[in-house]
Amino acid sequence: MTERKPEITSNNELKKTALYDLHVELGGRLVPFAGYELPIQYDGVIAEHRAAREAAGLFDVSHMRIVDVSSMDSSDVGETLELIAPGGLITLGHNRLRYSMLTNDTGGIVDDVIFTRMANRFRLVLNASRAEIDLKYLNALLGDQLIFRPRQDLALISIQGPKAISVLQQHDPAVADLSFMEAGLINFGETECDISRSGYTGEDGFEIAIPNDEAEQIVRLLLLDETLKPAGLGARDTLRLEAGLCLYGNELSESTTPVEANLSWTIPKRRRQDQRFPGAHTICSQLEKGTDKTRVGVTALGKRPIRDGAQLFNENNQIVGLITSGGYSPTTGKPIAMGYIDTPYAKEDNYLTAVVRGKQIGCTVAPLPFVQHRYKRSK
Amino acid sequence: MQTPEELRYSKDHEWVRHEGAYVRVGITDFAQDALGDVVYVDLPQVGTIIASDLAFAEVESTKSVSDIFAPLAGEIVEVNQVLEDEPELVNEDPYGDGWVCVIKPTDIGHLELLMDAERYLAFVSQDPEA
Repeated sequence: MTERKPEITSNNELKKTALYDLHVELGGRLVPFAGYELPIQYDGVIAEHRAAREAAGLFDVSHMRIVDVSSMDSSDVGETLELIAPGGLITLGHNRLRYSMLTNDTGGIVDDVIFTRMANRFRLVLNASRAEIDLKYLNALLGDQLIFRPRQDLALISIQGPKAISVLQQHDPAVADLSFMEAGLINFGETECDISRSGYTGEDGFEIAIPNDEAEQIVRLLLLDETLKPAGLGARDTLRLEAGLCLYGNELSESTTPVEANLSWTIPKRRRQDQRFPGAHTICSQLEKGTDKTRVGVTALGKRPIRDGAQLFNENNQIVGLITSGGYSPTTGKPIAMGYIDTPYAKEDNYLTAVVRGKQIGCTVAPLPFVQHRYKRSK
Repeated sequence: MQTPEELRYSKDHEWVRHEGAYVRVGITDFAQDALGDVVYVDLPQVGTIIASDLAFAEVESTKSVSDIFAPLAGEIVEVNQVLEDEPELVNEDPYGDGWVCVIKPTDIGHLELLMDAERYLAFVSQDPEA
Protein backbone atom coordinates (compact mmCIF):
# COMPACT_ATOMS: atom_id res chain seq x y z
CA MET A 1 0.00 0.00 0.00
CA THR A 2 1.67 3.18 -1.14
CA GLU A 3 0.32 6.65 -1.30
CA ARG A 4 0.17 7.54 -4.94
CA LYS A 5 -0.44 11.24 -4.98
CA PRO A 6 0.61 13.40 -2.06
CA GLU A 7 -1.72 16.38 -2.20
CA ILE A 8 0.59 18.65 -0.35
CA THR A 9 4.15 19.30 -1.45
CA SER A 10 6.95 19.41 1.03
CA ASN A 11 9.04 22.42 1.82
CA ASN A 12 12.33 22.45 3.65
CA GLU A 13 11.96 25.63 5.62
CA LEU A 14 8.60 25.32 7.28
CA LYS A 15 7.23 27.96 9.59
CA LYS A 16 5.31 27.23 12.76
CA THR A 17 2.19 29.06 13.85
CA ALA A 18 1.74 30.29 17.42
CA LEU A 19 -0.40 27.20 18.06
CA TYR A 20 2.20 24.66 16.88
CA ASP A 21 2.92 23.18 20.33
CA LEU A 22 -0.79 22.84 21.01
CA HIS A 23 -1.36 21.04 17.69
CA VAL A 24 1.33 18.53 18.64
CA GLU A 25 -0.09 18.09 22.14
CA LEU A 26 -3.61 17.52 20.75
CA GLY A 27 -2.32 14.77 18.46
CA GLY A 28 -2.52 16.76 15.24
CA ARG A 29 -0.97 15.11 12.21
CA LEU A 30 1.25 17.86 10.87
CA VAL A 31 1.89 18.36 7.18
CA PRO A 32 3.60 21.08 5.15
CA PHE A 33 1.03 23.53 3.84
CA ALA A 34 1.75 26.86 2.16
CA GLY A 35 5.08 27.09 3.95
CA TYR A 36 3.70 26.20 7.37
CA GLU A 37 3.52 23.04 9.41
CA LEU A 38 -0.20 22.60 10.08
CA PRO A 39 -2.45 19.74 11.18
CA ILE A 40 -4.27 17.96 8.37
CA GLN A 41 -6.32 16.16 11.02
CA TYR A 42 -6.47 15.21 14.69
CA ASP A 43 -8.88 12.28 15.21
CA GLY A 44 -10.13 12.05 11.65
CA VAL A 45 -11.37 14.24 8.81
CA ILE A 46 -14.95 12.96 8.88
CA ALA A 47 -15.38 13.37 12.65
CA GLU A 48 -13.94 16.90 12.50
CA HIS A 49 -16.11 17.78 9.51
CA ARG A 50 -19.22 16.64 11.43
CA ALA A 51 -18.14 18.61 14.50
CA ALA A 52 -18.18 21.80 12.41
CA ARG A 53 -21.54 20.98 10.81
CA GLU A 54 -23.26 19.84 14.00
CA ALA A 55 -21.47 21.60 16.89
CA ALA A 56 -18.27 23.65 16.54
CA GLY A 57 -14.83 23.17 15.02
CA LEU A 58 -11.69 25.14 15.78
CA PHE A 59 -9.28 25.80 12.90
CA ASP A 60 -5.85 27.42 13.03
CA VAL A 61 -5.76 29.62 9.94
CA SER A 62 -2.71 31.65 10.99
CA HIS A 63 -1.04 30.82 7.69
CA MET A 64 -3.40 33.28 6.02
CA ARG A 65 -1.78 36.69 5.79
CA ILE A 66 -3.38 39.59 7.58
CA VAL A 67 -2.35 42.92 6.06
CA ASP A 68 -3.46 46.29 7.43
CA VAL A 69 -3.69 49.04 4.84
CA SER A 70 -3.64 52.74 5.58
CA SER A 71 -3.51 55.83 3.45
CA MET A 72 -0.54 58.22 3.21
CA ASP A 73 -2.91 61.17 3.23
CA SER A 74 -6.52 61.77 4.15
CA SER A 75 -7.91 59.92 1.13
CA ASP A 76 -10.20 56.93 1.58
CA VAL A 77 -8.34 53.60 1.57
CA GLY A 78 -11.37 51.90 0.06
CA GLU A 79 -11.41 54.28 -2.87
CA THR A 80 -7.75 53.59 -3.64
CA LEU A 81 -8.18 49.80 -3.22
CA GLU A 82 -10.97 49.87 -5.80
CA LEU A 83 -8.23 50.52 -8.38
CA ILE A 84 -7.08 46.90 -8.06
CA ALA A 85 -10.31 45.13 -7.03
CA PRO A 86 -13.71 45.13 -8.75
CA GLY A 87 -15.62 44.91 -5.45
CA GLY A 88 -17.57 47.67 -3.76
CA LEU A 89 -15.04 49.03 -1.28
CA ILE A 90 -15.94 52.74 -1.16
CA THR A 91 -19.42 51.71 -0.13
CA LEU A 92 -18.22 49.21 2.46
CA GLY A 93 -19.45 50.29 5.88
CA HIS A 94 -17.37 50.59 9.02
CA ASN A 95 -16.72 47.15 10.59
CA ARG A 96 -18.13 45.35 7.56
CA LEU A 97 -16.37 42.61 5.57
CA ARG A 98 -16.50 42.10 1.83
CA TYR A 99 -15.27 39.27 -0.38
CA SER A 100 -13.62 40.51 -3.57
CA MET A 101 -10.94 39.58 -6.08
CA LEU A 102 -7.66 41.23 -6.90
CA THR A 103 -7.62 41.19 -10.70
CA ASN A 104 -4.91 41.53 -13.34
CA ASP A 105 -4.93 43.32 -16.70
CA THR A 106 -6.46 40.33 -18.50
CA GLY A 107 -9.25 40.00 -15.94
CA GLY A 108 -7.63 37.00 -14.23
CA ILE A 109 -7.79 36.54 -10.47
CA VAL A 110 -4.57 37.40 -8.61
CA ASP A 111 -6.18 36.41 -5.30
CA ASP A 112 -9.54 36.18 -3.58
CA VAL A 113 -9.49 38.37 -0.51
CA ILE A 114 -11.61 39.40 2.46
CA PHE A 115 -11.59 43.19 2.93
CA THR A 116 -12.65 44.72 6.24
CA ARG A 117 -13.13 48.43 6.86
CA MET A 118 -11.76 49.32 10.29
CA ALA A 119 -11.06 52.68 11.92
CA ASN A 120 -8.65 54.62 9.63
CA ARG A 121 -7.61 51.51 7.73
CA PHE A 122 -8.62 48.43 5.82
CA ARG A 123 -7.70 44.90 6.81
CA LEU A 124 -7.04 42.37 4.06
CA VAL A 125 -6.80 38.63 4.60
CA LEU A 126 -4.73 37.10 1.80
CA ASN A 127 -4.28 33.47 0.86
CA ALA A 128 -1.02 32.12 2.27
CA SER A 129 0.15 30.81 -1.10
CA ARG A 130 -0.52 34.18 -2.77
CA ALA A 131 0.53 36.67 -0.08
CA GLU A 132 4.01 37.49 -1.44
CA ILE A 133 2.68 37.87 -4.99
CA ASP A 134 -0.22 40.01 -3.77
CA LEU A 135 2.01 42.31 -1.74
CA LYS A 136 4.35 42.87 -4.69
CA TYR A 137 1.36 43.61 -6.91
CA LEU A 138 -0.31 45.91 -4.40
CA ASN A 139 2.91 47.81 -3.73
CA ALA A 140 3.70 48.16 -7.43
CA LEU A 141 0.29 49.62 -8.24
CA LEU A 142 -0.67 51.44 -5.05
CA GLY A 143 2.58 51.71 -3.06
CA ASP A 144 2.77 55.46 -3.64
CA GLN A 145 -0.62 55.99 -1.98
CA LEU A 146 -1.07 53.20 0.55
CA ILE A 147 1.01 51.62 3.31
CA PHE A 148 0.74 47.84 3.55
CA ARG A 149 1.58 46.40 6.94
CA PRO A 150 1.62 42.59 7.24
CA ARG A 151 0.50 41.56 10.73
CA GLN A 152 2.67 38.56 11.45
CA ASP A 153 2.27 39.41 15.12
CA LEU A 154 -1.26 38.01 14.94
CA ALA A 155 -2.51 34.44 14.99
CA LEU A 156 -5.84 33.79 13.24
CA ILE A 157 -8.31 31.18 14.41
CA SER A 158 -11.66 30.21 12.96
CA ILE A 159 -14.51 28.77 15.02
CA GLN A 160 -17.18 27.30 12.78
CA GLY A 161 -20.51 25.62 13.36
CA PRO A 162 -23.96 26.09 14.89
CA LYS A 163 -22.49 26.04 18.44
CA ALA A 164 -19.72 28.57 17.67
CA ILE A 165 -21.89 31.34 19.08
CA SER A 166 -22.45 29.59 22.42
CA VAL A 167 -18.74 28.74 22.75
CA LEU A 168 -17.83 32.43 22.38
CA GLN A 169 -20.76 33.99 24.24
CA GLN A 170 -19.51 32.53 27.50
CA HIS A 171 -16.46 34.76 27.15
CA ASP A 172 -18.14 37.85 25.76
CA PRO A 173 -21.94 38.05 25.31
CA ALA A 174 -21.57 40.98 22.88
CA VAL A 175 -20.50 38.67 20.03
CA ALA A 176 -24.17 37.72 19.61
CA ASP A 177 -24.83 41.22 18.24
CA LEU A 178 -22.57 40.63 15.22
CA SER A 179 -24.18 39.55 11.96
CA PHE A 180 -22.59 37.68 9.05
CA MET A 181 -19.66 39.64 7.57
CA GLU A 182 -19.53 42.09 10.46
CA ALA A 183 -16.45 42.82 12.60
CA GLY A 184 -16.07 43.85 16.22
CA LEU A 185 -14.07 43.15 19.34
CA ILE A 186 -14.09 40.27 21.80
CA ASN A 187 -12.57 40.33 25.26
CA PHE A 188 -10.83 37.36 26.83
CA GLY A 189 -10.09 38.71 30.28
CA GLU A 190 -7.66 41.57 29.71
CA THR A 191 -7.03 40.74 26.09
CA GLU A 192 -9.04 42.48 23.41
CA CYS A 193 -9.10 40.76 20.00
CA ASP A 194 -10.53 41.58 16.60
CA ILE A 195 -13.38 39.24 15.71
CA SER A 196 -15.65 38.88 12.70
CA ARG A 197 -18.67 36.72 12.02
CA SER A 198 -17.30 34.94 8.98
CA GLY A 199 -15.59 31.81 7.76
CA TYR A 200 -15.28 29.46 4.84
CA THR A 201 -17.40 26.45 5.75
CA GLY A 202 -20.94 27.63 4.95
CA GLU A 203 -21.77 27.53 8.68
CA ASP A 204 -22.29 30.33 11.12
CA GLY A 205 -18.89 31.07 12.58
CA PHE A 206 -16.27 33.52 13.73
CA GLU A 207 -12.68 34.42 12.94
CA ILE A 208 -10.52 35.90 15.66
CA ALA A 209 -7.12 37.58 15.38
CA ILE A 210 -5.12 37.04 18.57
CA PRO A 211 -1.64 38.38 19.45
CA ASN A 212 0.78 35.47 18.90
CA ASP A 213 2.02 35.32 22.47
CA GLU A 214 -1.50 34.98 23.86
CA ALA A 215 -2.95 32.71 21.21
CA GLU A 216 -2.21 29.38 22.87
CA GLN A 217 -3.58 30.44 26.23
CA ILE A 218 -6.82 31.77 24.72
CA VAL A 219 -7.33 28.69 22.54
CA ARG A 220 -6.80 26.45 25.58
CA LEU A 221 -9.45 28.48 27.37
CA LEU A 222 -11.88 28.08 24.44
CA LEU A 223 -11.25 24.32 24.26
CA LEU A 224 -12.42 23.91 27.87
CA ASP A 225 -15.86 23.89 26.28
CA GLU A 226 -16.05 20.35 24.96
CA THR A 227 -18.54 21.21 22.23
CA LEU A 228 -15.55 22.80 20.45
CA LYS A 229 -13.34 20.27 18.66
CA PRO A 230 -9.99 21.01 17.05
CA ALA A 231 -10.21 20.46 13.29
CA GLY A 232 -7.56 20.30 10.60
CA LEU A 233 -6.97 21.27 6.99
CA GLY A 234 -8.65 18.09 5.75
CA ALA A 235 -12.02 19.02 7.23
CA ARG A 236 -11.56 22.63 6.19
CA ASP A 237 -11.31 21.47 2.58
CA THR A 238 -14.31 19.10 2.65
CA LEU A 239 -16.41 21.79 4.36
CA ARG A 240 -15.59 24.51 1.83
CA LEU A 241 -16.19 22.11 -1.05
CA GLU A 242 -19.65 21.20 0.28
CA ALA A 243 -20.33 24.92 0.66
CA GLY A 244 -19.35 25.42 -3.02
CA LEU A 245 -16.59 27.87 -2.13
CA CYS A 246 -13.55 28.44 -4.34
CA LEU A 247 -9.98 27.59 -3.40
CA TYR A 248 -7.18 29.60 -4.98
CA GLY A 249 -4.95 27.27 -7.01
CA ASN A 250 -7.88 24.92 -7.62
CA GLU A 251 -10.86 26.98 -8.86
CA LEU A 252 -9.09 30.31 -9.11
CA SER A 253 -6.01 31.36 -11.06
CA GLU A 254 -4.47 34.28 -12.93
CA SER A 255 -6.04 32.95 -16.13
CA THR A 256 -9.55 32.58 -14.67
CA THR A 257 -11.87 35.57 -14.47
CA PRO A 258 -14.44 36.26 -11.73
CA VAL A 259 -17.18 35.82 -14.35
CA GLU A 260 -15.96 32.35 -15.36
CA ALA A 261 -15.61 31.48 -11.66
CA ASN A 262 -19.27 32.35 -11.08
CA LEU A 263 -18.21 35.18 -8.79
CA SER A 264 -19.90 37.99 -10.74
CA TRP A 265 -21.95 38.71 -7.61
CA THR A 266 -18.79 40.21 -6.09
CA ILE A 267 -18.86 42.97 -8.75
CA PRO A 268 -21.61 45.50 -8.01
CA LYS A 269 -23.37 47.55 -10.69
CA ARG A 270 -21.45 50.74 -9.92
CA ARG A 271 -18.13 48.97 -10.60
CA ARG A 272 -19.43 47.48 -13.85
CA GLN A 273 -20.13 51.04 -14.93
CA ASP A 274 -17.00 52.81 -13.70
CA GLN A 275 -14.72 50.04 -15.07
CA ARG A 276 -11.80 51.42 -13.08
CA PHE A 277 -10.10 48.15 -12.15
CA PRO A 278 -7.55 45.88 -13.87
CA GLY A 279 -9.05 43.70 -16.59
CA ALA A 280 -12.30 45.71 -16.62
CA HIS A 281 -12.56 45.48 -20.39
CA THR A 282 -12.49 41.66 -20.42
CA ILE A 283 -14.62 41.25 -17.31
CA CYS A 284 -17.33 43.70 -18.39
CA SER A 285 -17.47 42.21 -21.87
CA GLN A 286 -17.92 38.75 -20.29
CA LEU A 287 -20.62 40.07 -17.97
CA GLU A 288 -22.49 41.21 -21.04
CA LYS A 289 -21.85 38.36 -23.49
CA GLY A 290 -21.17 35.40 -21.23
CA THR A 291 -18.12 33.14 -21.07
CA ASP A 292 -16.98 30.03 -22.94
CA LYS A 293 -16.58 28.07 -19.70
CA THR A 294 -18.13 28.34 -16.27
CA ARG A 295 -17.68 26.92 -12.78
CA VAL A 296 -20.24 24.29 -11.79
CA GLY A 297 -20.88 21.62 -9.20
CA VAL A 298 -20.63 17.96 -10.20
CA THR A 299 -21.98 14.89 -8.44
CA ALA A 300 -20.71 11.43 -9.31
CA LEU A 301 -23.04 8.51 -9.78
CA GLY A 302 -21.73 5.73 -7.58
CA LYS A 303 -19.24 5.91 -4.78
CA ARG A 304 -15.89 6.63 -6.37
CA PRO A 305 -14.75 10.21 -5.78
CA ILE A 306 -13.73 12.35 -8.75
CA ARG A 307 -10.58 14.29 -7.90
CA ASP A 308 -9.09 17.46 -9.29
CA GLY A 309 -7.45 16.94 -12.67
CA ALA A 310 -10.14 14.56 -13.95
CA GLN A 311 -11.41 15.48 -17.41
CA LEU A 312 -15.09 15.56 -18.33
CA PHE A 313 -16.38 14.18 -21.62
CA ASN A 314 -19.64 14.59 -23.51
CA GLU A 315 -21.53 11.75 -25.23
CA ASN A 316 -19.32 12.14 -28.32
CA ASN A 317 -16.21 11.59 -26.21
CA GLN A 318 -15.07 15.20 -26.58
CA ILE A 319 -13.41 16.92 -23.62
CA VAL A 320 -15.85 19.55 -22.30
CA GLY A 321 -14.58 20.18 -18.79
CA LEU A 322 -12.03 19.75 -16.03
CA ILE A 323 -12.53 18.97 -12.33
CA THR A 324 -10.72 21.43 -10.03
CA SER A 325 -11.73 20.06 -6.59
CA GLY A 326 -13.37 16.82 -5.65
CA GLY A 327 -13.78 14.30 -2.90
CA TYR A 328 -16.12 12.57 -0.54
CA SER A 329 -18.81 14.69 1.09
CA PRO A 330 -19.33 13.57 4.69
CA THR A 331 -22.64 15.46 4.98
CA THR A 332 -24.32 13.97 1.90
CA GLY A 333 -22.39 10.68 1.94
CA LYS A 334 -21.66 11.04 -1.76
CA PRO A 335 -18.76 12.06 -3.96
CA ILE A 336 -18.93 15.76 -4.90
CA ALA A 337 -16.77 17.97 -7.08
CA MET A 338 -16.43 21.39 -8.70
CA GLY A 339 -14.92 22.21 -12.03
CA TYR A 340 -15.03 24.24 -15.21
CA ILE A 341 -17.21 23.16 -18.04
CA ASP A 342 -17.93 24.50 -21.53
CA THR A 343 -20.98 26.71 -21.04
CA PRO A 344 -23.35 24.77 -23.36
CA TYR A 345 -22.87 21.73 -21.08
CA ALA A 346 -23.29 23.62 -17.81
CA LYS A 347 -27.01 22.96 -17.51
CA GLU A 348 -28.15 21.33 -14.29
CA ASP A 349 -28.53 17.52 -14.44
CA ASN A 350 -26.57 17.39 -17.70
CA TYR A 351 -24.94 13.95 -17.90
CA LEU A 352 -21.18 13.70 -18.48
CA THR A 353 -18.43 11.15 -18.08
CA ALA A 354 -15.39 11.77 -15.91
CA VAL A 355 -12.22 9.81 -16.44
CA VAL A 356 -10.45 8.98 -13.19
CA ARG A 357 -7.19 7.04 -13.51
CA GLY A 358 -8.34 5.47 -16.73
CA LYS A 359 -11.80 4.55 -15.47
CA GLN A 360 -15.03 6.14 -16.65
CA ILE A 361 -17.43 7.51 -14.05
CA GLY A 362 -20.88 8.86 -14.85
CA CYS A 363 -21.66 12.24 -13.30
CA THR A 364 -24.10 15.11 -13.57
CA VAL A 365 -23.91 18.89 -13.30
CA ALA A 366 -25.26 19.88 -9.87
CA PRO A 367 -26.35 23.15 -8.26
CA LEU A 368 -24.02 24.80 -5.76
CA PRO A 369 -23.74 24.75 -2.83
CA PHE A 370 -24.04 21.04 -2.06
CA VAL A 371 -24.91 21.90 1.55
CA GLN A 372 -26.99 25.01 2.24
CA HIS A 373 -25.26 27.96 3.89
CA ARG A 374 -26.42 28.80 7.40
CA TYR A 375 -25.00 32.28 7.86
CA LYS A 376 -26.56 34.61 10.44
CA ARG A 377 -27.35 37.53 8.18
CA SER A 378 -28.53 40.87 9.55
CA LYS A 379 -32.28 41.29 9.50
CA MET B 1 -1.00 -0.26 16.72
CA GLN B 2 -1.98 -3.90 16.32
CA THR B 3 0.11 -6.49 14.47
CA PRO B 4 -1.44 -9.93 15.06
CA GLU B 5 1.19 -12.66 15.57
CA GLU B 6 -0.40 -15.18 13.19
CA LEU B 7 -0.23 -12.91 10.13
CA ARG B 8 2.45 -12.19 7.54
CA TYR B 9 3.17 -8.67 6.33
CA SER B 10 4.46 -6.99 3.16
CA LYS B 11 6.69 -3.93 2.89
CA ASP B 12 3.73 -2.17 1.25
CA HIS B 13 1.70 -2.62 4.46
CA GLU B 14 -0.61 -5.43 3.41
CA TRP B 15 -1.32 -8.28 5.80
CA VAL B 16 -1.74 -11.91 4.68
CA ARG B 17 -3.56 -14.68 6.57
CA HIS B 18 -2.85 -18.31 5.64
CA GLU B 19 -6.15 -20.20 5.10
CA GLY B 20 -5.30 -23.64 3.68
CA ALA B 21 -4.59 -23.32 -0.04
CA TYR B 22 -5.64 -19.65 0.04
CA VAL B 23 -4.58 -16.40 1.65
CA ARG B 24 -6.77 -13.58 2.86
CA VAL B 25 -5.36 -10.07 2.32
CA GLY B 26 -6.02 -6.65 3.80
CA ILE B 27 -4.19 -3.49 4.77
CA THR B 28 -2.51 -3.16 8.15
CA ASP B 29 -3.54 -1.13 11.14
CA PHE B 30 -0.52 1.10 10.51
CA ALA B 31 -1.64 1.63 6.91
CA GLN B 32 -5.25 2.46 7.72
CA ASP B 33 -4.14 4.92 10.38
CA ALA B 34 -1.73 6.62 7.96
CA LEU B 35 -4.44 6.81 5.28
CA GLY B 36 -7.10 8.38 7.45
CA ASP B 37 -10.82 7.93 6.86
CA VAL B 38 -11.30 5.49 3.97
CA VAL B 39 -14.17 6.57 1.69
CA TYR B 40 -13.81 4.22 -1.30
CA VAL B 41 -12.19 0.88 -2.11
CA ASP B 42 -11.75 -0.09 -5.75
CA LEU B 43 -11.92 -3.89 -5.63
CA PRO B 44 -10.45 -6.17 -8.29
CA GLN B 45 -12.59 -8.61 -10.29
CA VAL B 46 -12.78 -12.19 -9.11
CA GLY B 47 -10.65 -14.26 -11.49
CA THR B 48 -8.01 -11.58 -12.01
CA ILE B 49 -4.48 -12.95 -12.18
CA ILE B 50 -2.12 -10.80 -10.17
CA ALA B 51 1.67 -10.55 -10.07
CA SER B 52 3.44 -9.94 -6.77
CA ASP B 53 4.37 -6.35 -5.92
CA LEU B 54 2.07 -4.93 -8.61
CA ALA B 55 -0.93 -2.76 -7.81
CA PHE B 56 -4.25 -4.62 -8.06
CA ALA B 57 -6.66 -2.46 -6.05
CA GLU B 58 -7.00 1.09 -4.76
CA VAL B 59 -8.03 2.53 -1.46
CA GLU B 60 -9.13 6.13 -1.29
CA SER B 61 -9.29 8.21 1.87
CA THR B 62 -10.49 11.75 2.50
CA LYS B 63 -6.87 12.75 1.88
CA SER B 64 -5.44 10.62 -0.91
CA VAL B 65 -5.57 7.65 -3.24
CA SER B 66 -3.26 4.70 -2.56
CA ASP B 67 -2.53 1.50 -4.41
CA ILE B 68 -2.82 -1.91 -2.82
CA PHE B 69 -0.03 -4.20 -4.04
CA ALA B 70 -0.25 -7.96 -4.37
CA PRO B 71 1.75 -9.53 -1.54
CA LEU B 72 1.82 -12.83 -3.49
CA ALA B 73 1.26 -13.80 -7.12
CA GLY B 74 -1.90 -15.73 -7.85
CA GLU B 75 -5.57 -15.46 -8.68
CA ILE B 76 -8.26 -13.38 -6.94
CA VAL B 77 -10.92 -15.87 -5.82
CA GLU B 78 -13.05 -13.64 -3.57
CA VAL B 79 -13.42 -9.92 -2.84
CA ASN B 80 -15.01 -8.20 0.15
CA GLN B 81 -18.13 -6.73 -1.51
CA VAL B 82 -19.24 -5.20 1.80
CA LEU B 83 -16.49 -2.58 1.37
CA GLU B 84 -18.42 -1.09 -1.55
CA ASP B 85 -21.02 0.23 0.87
CA GLU B 86 -18.99 0.32 4.06
CA PRO B 87 -15.41 1.32 3.17
CA GLU B 88 -14.98 2.57 6.76
CA LEU B 89 -14.59 -1.09 7.85
CA VAL B 90 -10.98 -0.79 6.62
CA ASN B 91 -10.44 1.72 9.45
CA GLU B 92 -12.64 0.09 12.05
CA ASP B 93 -11.55 -3.52 11.70
CA PRO B 94 -8.52 -3.79 9.38
CA TYR B 95 -7.70 -7.42 10.29
CA GLY B 96 -11.32 -8.58 10.42
CA ASP B 97 -14.36 -7.26 8.54
CA GLY B 98 -12.12 -4.82 6.66
CA TRP B 99 -10.33 -7.56 4.66
CA VAL B 100 -9.94 -6.82 0.94
CA CYS B 101 -9.70 -10.12 -0.98
CA VAL B 102 -8.80 -13.81 -0.98
CA ILE B 103 -5.99 -14.97 -3.28
CA LYS B 104 -5.13 -18.47 -4.48
CA PRO B 105 -1.33 -18.12 -4.56
CA THR B 106 0.68 -19.63 -7.41
CA ASP B 107 3.14 -20.83 -4.76
CA ILE B 108 1.95 -20.81 -1.16
CA GLY B 109 5.57 -21.34 -0.14
CA HIS B 110 6.22 -17.68 -0.99
CA LEU B 111 4.42 -16.78 2.23
CA GLU B 112 7.73 -17.41 3.93
CA LEU B 113 9.23 -14.47 2.01
CA LEU B 114 6.92 -12.05 3.81
CA MET B 115 7.69 -10.51 7.19
CA ASP B 116 6.41 -11.93 10.46
CA ALA B 117 4.83 -9.60 13.03
CA GLU B 118 8.08 -8.90 14.81
CA ARG B 119 9.95 -7.94 11.65
CA TYR B 120 7.04 -5.86 10.40
CA LEU B 121 6.95 -3.92 13.66
CA ALA B 122 10.68 -3.25 13.33
CA PHE B 123 10.13 -2.26 9.68
CA VAL B 124 7.36 0.16 10.57
CA SER B 125 9.33 1.73 13.40
CA GLN B 126 12.00 2.70 10.84
CA ASP B 127 9.40 4.21 8.53
CA PRO B 128 9.80 7.99 8.53
CA GLU B 129 6.02 8.30 8.38
CA ALA B 130 5.58 6.22 11.55
